[in-house]
Amino acid sequence: MPILNVSELRTHFRGERGPVRAVENVSFTLESGETIAIVGESGSGKSVTSLSIMRLLAGGRARSSGRIEFLGRDILSLGEAEMRKIRGNEIGMIFQEPMTSLNPVLTIGRQIAETLILHQHLSRAQARARAIEMLRLVDIPAAEQRIDEYPHQLSGGMRQRVMIAMALACEPKLLIADEPTTALDVTIQAQVLELMADLQKRTGTAIILITHDLGVVADVADRVIVMYAGRTVEEATTKDLFLHPLHPYTRGLLATIAKLGSSLDDNAASRLTEIPGQVPSLHESIPGCAFASRCPLVTDLCRHTAPSFEAVEPDHKVACHHVERRLQA
Amino acid sequence: MLTFVCRRLLSTIPVMLFIALFVFSLLYLAPGDPAALIAGDQASQTEIDAIRVTLGLDQPFYIRFVGWLGHALRGDLGVSIFSQLPVTTLIGQRLEPTLSLMLLTVIISVCIAVPMGVLAAANQGRWIDRIVMAVAVFGFSVPVFVVGYLLSWVFAIRLDLLPVQGYTPLAEGFAPFLANLILPAIALSCVYIALIARITRTSMIDVLSQDYIRTARAKGLGQGPVLFIHALKNASVPIVTVIGIGIALLIGGAVVTETVFAIPGVGRLVVDAILRRDYPVIQGVVLLFSVAYVLINLAIDLLYTVLDPRVRY
Ligand SMILES: Nc1ncnc2c1ncn2[C@@H]1O[C@H](COP(=O)(O)OP(=O)(O)O)[C@@H](O)[C@H]1O
Ligand code: SF4
Ligand SMILES: [Mg+2]
Repeated sequence: MPILNVSELRTHFRGERGPVRAVENVSFTLESGETIAIVGESGSGKSVTSLSIMRLLAGGRARSSGRIEFLGRDILSLGEAEMRKIRGNEIGMIFQEPMTSLNPVLTIGRQIAETLILHQHLSRAQARARAIEMLRLVDIPAAEQRIDEYPHQLSGGMRQRVMIAMALACEPKLLIADEPTTALDVTIQAQVLELMADLQKRTGTAIILITHDLGVVADVADRVIVMYAGRTVEEATTKDLFLHPLHPYTRGLLATIAKLGSSLDDNAASRLTEIPGQVPSLHESIPGCAFASRCPLVTDLCRHTAPSFEAVEPDHKVACHHVERRLQA
Repeated sequence: MLTFVCRRLLSTIPVMLFIALFVFSLLYLAPGDPAALIAGDQASQTEIDAIRVTLGLDQPFYIRFVGWLGHALRGDLGVSIFSQLPVTTLIGQRLEPTLSLMLLTVIISVCIAVPMGVLAAANQGRWIDRIVMAVAVFGFSVPVFVVGYLLSWVFAIRLDLLPVQGYTPLAEGFAPFLANLILPAIALSCVYIALIARITRTSMIDVLSQDYIRTARAKGLGQGPVLFIHALKNASVPIVTVIGIGIALLIGGAVVTETVFAIPGVGRLVVDAILRRDYPVIQGVVLLFSVAYVLINLAIDLLYTVLDPRVRY
């Protein structure tokens, strides 16, 4: 049984100029213990997707529809109190900016212990002991001293380790990491990713890794989901995606990467670079394929009818009318 | 830490000196011959001369200032022209009501204004926010004596729940003490609540959009801990600053409130002294208020280091 099943997720923000269709049609499943990567240009709706799963888009301006099923529970229809029991306990989350994601006026020990006291009902002393244990687990030296320090006393890499320790303290079934290494230097990036992979082996946590670094994807993900303009356009095993990309957008991405190189050491070049053309405005509803304005294979059909996201091979889904032409080629 | 405190204390010396100079000059800023003014219309020249000698007006300004300062530093603020009692004694007798009034006002204000501001920020743009902002504008624009008379008319005269005026020392029991003080404290709180609620709201709105608030929510924390633990501590520096600056408003307000509610405090003392041109008393009270203001704000500077670990000594 998959631990997470997202189908036809749609998240719109109410805006002055009408709705912002940040997530328009996202579907994927995640098996327990698996790592999937979500890739896509900046603005393609990756963060909004993950925040929709956590139901953290507060303020009453965001509205999600579709279905998000987590361990058999329908996330979108849970009450806020039940949702709070899931957050930080069954689903942990790490954010991009380790500099700003930790509270500057609370010690890191307190910030880790807080989750344990809340969800596992540990005493303060027990939570502190467990927080020290977690800091050791994420390779923070002198954990007993560090635990009483404030975030500004730690380096960026250390802060992200603290975030990981915090997110994993309650041994969640699912960890969502939204660009966890983007803000770090290359060597620290590799260490943090290695640490996440290592912890996953021990705890069996499933991971959703959001990134726009394809080098990272190739290294750690079992499967990859490609997003474009708030839609999932392709889903495949990592190997399949790199060797046989089917969607014209994915092919475009890989072509730019092939040209510029995608090794982890070559950080800047391995980021997704723009494919020529304009991403459609999130304000309009698009009748046909969202990629039509940039697609070399576009036909009239594409402009009028949205392609459905379907399996064309086992374990390989794609949303494109002209996959057959690709497969034959 | 201790060196920091000492350094900050030393740095207030120029301010204190300036205050002292200003307070001392008060006597000479008033038009005309102070001695003649004090003595009144019917006084004879001998009487005026006697007053002039009492005030030391026959000596040059700087000598008089240094002399006065030397005495003040030793806790001698001179003798009241009207009652012939030492100014420190007069102030000492009046200190309890004023301190009680100000302390109660600060407690009421902070307890009401901070939650109000937090609630408004958490519901930004919604009706709760609008109500809080409207109350703040109202509290800021209505003079303290209007609120004071209104409150005493409703609660003391119409409903007969509380005494209309006066003061009962704490030594005579907490309940009567509070009964006398509660209306003046509420009246005096209005402006202060408005001030603190507004800065709390602004500061909280800023903090609530920060990444670490999202992190706190992602941990599963409820609205209460997110607002009052994660956000409020981060928002506290501007709030505490305004609480300190607002003490000046309170001092001015206390003078009016004590008059409205007939509280025998330092405010009343200074009003009476002004009416009688009792300069040593005026100087003493103004000096006391000024020094208190500087010291309170120094204490608040020290509080920053407790509230925000990033602030260095
Ligand atoms: N709170 C919000 N209000 C309005 N629009 C938003 C909000 N958050 C994100 N968006 C919009 O949704 C789109 C997708 O954003 P995001 O999911 O952050 O992209 P990314 O794939 O880079 O993570 C962006 O165009 C952004 O402008
Ligand atoms: S559906 Fe048409 S426009 Fe869209 S990606 Fe496929 S070929 Fe291109
Ligand atoms: Mg993002």
